[in-house]
Amino acid sequence: MFPIYPLLFNFQPLPGALHLHPFTGVLESQWKPMTTDTSYKTLYQKIWDSHVVREEPGQPSIIYIDRHLIHEGTSPQAFAGLRAESRKVRRPDLTFAVMDHSVSTTDRTLPILDNDAKLQFEALERNCREAGVRLFDMNSKNQGIVHIIGPELGITQPGQTIVCGDSHTSTHGAFGTLAFGIGTSEVEHVLATQCLVQSRSKMLHILVHGKRPKGVTAKDLILAIIGKIGIGGGNGHVAEYGGEAIRSLSMDGRMTVCNMTIEGGARAGMIAPDETTFAYMEGRPFVPRGKAFQEAVDRWRQLHSDENAKFDMTVELHAEKIAPQVTWGTNPGMVTSVTERVPDPHDFKDLNDQKATESALQYMGLKAGTPIVDIPVDRVFIGSCTNSRLDDLRAAAHFVEGKHVAKSIKQALIVPGSRGIKTQAEKEGLDKIFRDAGFEWRDAGCSMCIGMNADVLPPHERSASTSNRNFEGRQGKDSRTHLVSPVMAAAAAIAGHFVDVRELDVVNVE
Amino acid sequence: MQPFSTHTGMVMPLDRVNVDTDQMVPKQFLKALTREGFGRILFYDWRYLPGERPNPAFVLNFPRYKGASVLLARANFGCGSSREHAPWGVKDYGFRVVIAPSYADIFYNNCFKNGILPATLSEAEVDELFRRTEKEESYSLTVNLSNQTIADRHGLMFKFEIAPSRKEVLLKGLDDIGTTMQHEPDITAYEKTHTATATMYDTVDVKYYSNGR
Repeated sequence: MFPIYPLLFNFQPLPGALHLHPFTGVLESQWKPMTTDTSYKTLYQKIWDSHVVREEPGQPSIIYIDRHLIHEGTSPQAFAGLRAESRKVRRPDLTFAVMDHSVSTTDRTLPILDNDAKLQFEALERNCREAGVRLFDMNSKNQGIVHIIGPELGITQPGQTIVCGDSHTSTHGAFGTLAFGIGTSEVEHVLATQCLVQSRSKMLHILVHGKRPKGVTAKDLILAIIGKIGIGGGNGHVAEYGGEAIRSLSMDGRMTVCNMTIEGGARAGMIAPDETTFAYMEGRPFVPRGKAFQEAVDRWRQLHSDENAKFDMTVELHAEKIAPQVTWGTNPGMVTSVTERVPDPHDFKDLNDQKATESALQYMGLKAGTPIVDIPVDRVFIGSCTNSRLDDLRAAAHFVEGKHVAKSIKQALIVPGSRGIKTQAEKEGLDKIFRDAGFEWRDAGCSMCIGMNADVLPPHERSASTSNRNFEGRQGKDSRTHLVSPVMAAAAAIAGHFVDVRELDVVNVE
Repeated sequence: MQPFSTHTGMVMPLDRVNVDTDQMVPKQFLKALTREGFGRILFYDWRYLPGERPNPAFVLNFPRYKGASVLLARANFGCGSSREHAPWGVKDYGFRVVIAPSYADIFYNNCFKNGILPATLSEAEVDELFRRTEKEESYSLTVNLSNQTIADRHGLMFKFEIAPSRKEVLLKGLDDIGTTMQHEPDITAYEKTHTATATMYDTVDVKYYSNGR
């Protein structure tokens, strides 16, 4: 499916035209605001309401931020801005910093050759030291990708508001938090005030019914969702996920789904917390203990949308009908099933879509009509804040055990999302399985998802990647990235091309 | 922040849907420590051939669009990464206005922090502006934020919608942080009833904790 946007979702009244509601087609004057009945609330409304510091009619609200996560890439200008105005960090105790975007995934005892990256690390170090902000530096045992370590350490908790200067902050919504990415000016705003100025978003309900077939993972669900709504389909909305296929996911899988919510345009994605969430939380370093934990769980149980709560838009999918997904183009919405073929620009009615497809096929070096399973890959990357958690590594390791990467593969990288995950995976012997199969076992960081360190995809080379964006040049100039699940990436490493993993020996984890 | 009231300038068309912020400012330029100098690298991979030779096939390098200050774009402009480096680049290059049928939320928000007006018109109106820009050399538009109008010298006039609070921020060039800090008593009152804490129950390997209050 190709983005049907803007036909459905980009309602823009024409001057003088009848103002029709974009989804119902009724006259604007007859619209019934969806949220008049305030007795029923969505999860988003509940969290919003409990964080309003100040509200004025006709003005955006000031909302309180419970957790502010920062990293080296988007924070230096914010601290410089504070300094220029002689402002202080209001709540260093609620601010957490980590080095992740530019860190090396090889030997960190070696000198940092990239001087710009080095200067950013030094700036973050200085800023945290001066402000008293907790810092997980590159040598911390708990270092990792910001969206991995927040949940892993229990810094992320249900009901919170969480922001970070990174669009994949949506990941934390898997715990029933309101979490979204912000720009550097807003990072500065939160540092100074612990608040943000925000208007309420519209609400998008995404339901995935039924059971996931074997070999279909959380990544396939979210790619299929993005394929259905288009990469701008969720603009202006906060998404809440529900349905059996979502509920049955582990926390690792839920994080994968929420992580890529932003790729469908919605700034935040949420899943109401349940027993799976509470079991995950218990015993993590920042989570209360004993009686306090039980009290917290009792509060967290209230965090769900009321049965009659109204959403502005609802999208439904059936997990049984979803096959393993592979992107063929230059945005995450350019995706199809592994059983399909690379589309033809003329498959699309809209002229803009035709042009975008033509340009994407040219960039990707693909011919229309090529079966997806016939696309050979040069490199494999299993990592990123989307798919570098234990479930991901276990599923990939289970598949590659006793096999070897194809001769045609130039590099196959495993980059755990955090050093905590790396340590646990090593305890389970996963590192040995991967190494024996011909993979490189690396240290934690963003790595080949953003290519800010040395892990860059060379020009015109094609990767099977578990990351979140296949934009032009994202992983390196003229690099060609296909977004897939960890199981699909592992299978592509062994076969040298994409395969229908449903036909193979895969375990049904996320 | 530099206030915005009206602006008249030449239009540069970027005829592509879903232009993401990775295209505006690629990853290798995210290692900066300041907000300056991103205009030179705006649309880097499209704009330059190896050795930073201007790519004559990219619209920004067409001599006829030299000096453009209004960026005409397609749907879902600014999708992807939250990097504010993208609007910094747009502004530093010299664009004060972007016109598109829709924007990604984070980019849209970031524009207002930098004195850029992201004006939203319908698909049909944007199509018309693309036609006129293509047809007429040095086609320029006058954008009036107070009246919410976009006009050319041939009598074309489109109205655009913008949230009143957004409009005020641009018109007055408001410093958001300063405005919020005026409500400091509200924040303090909130903190008294809603005690946000981050207690560490198990030791983790983190620095500067003791410096905190």
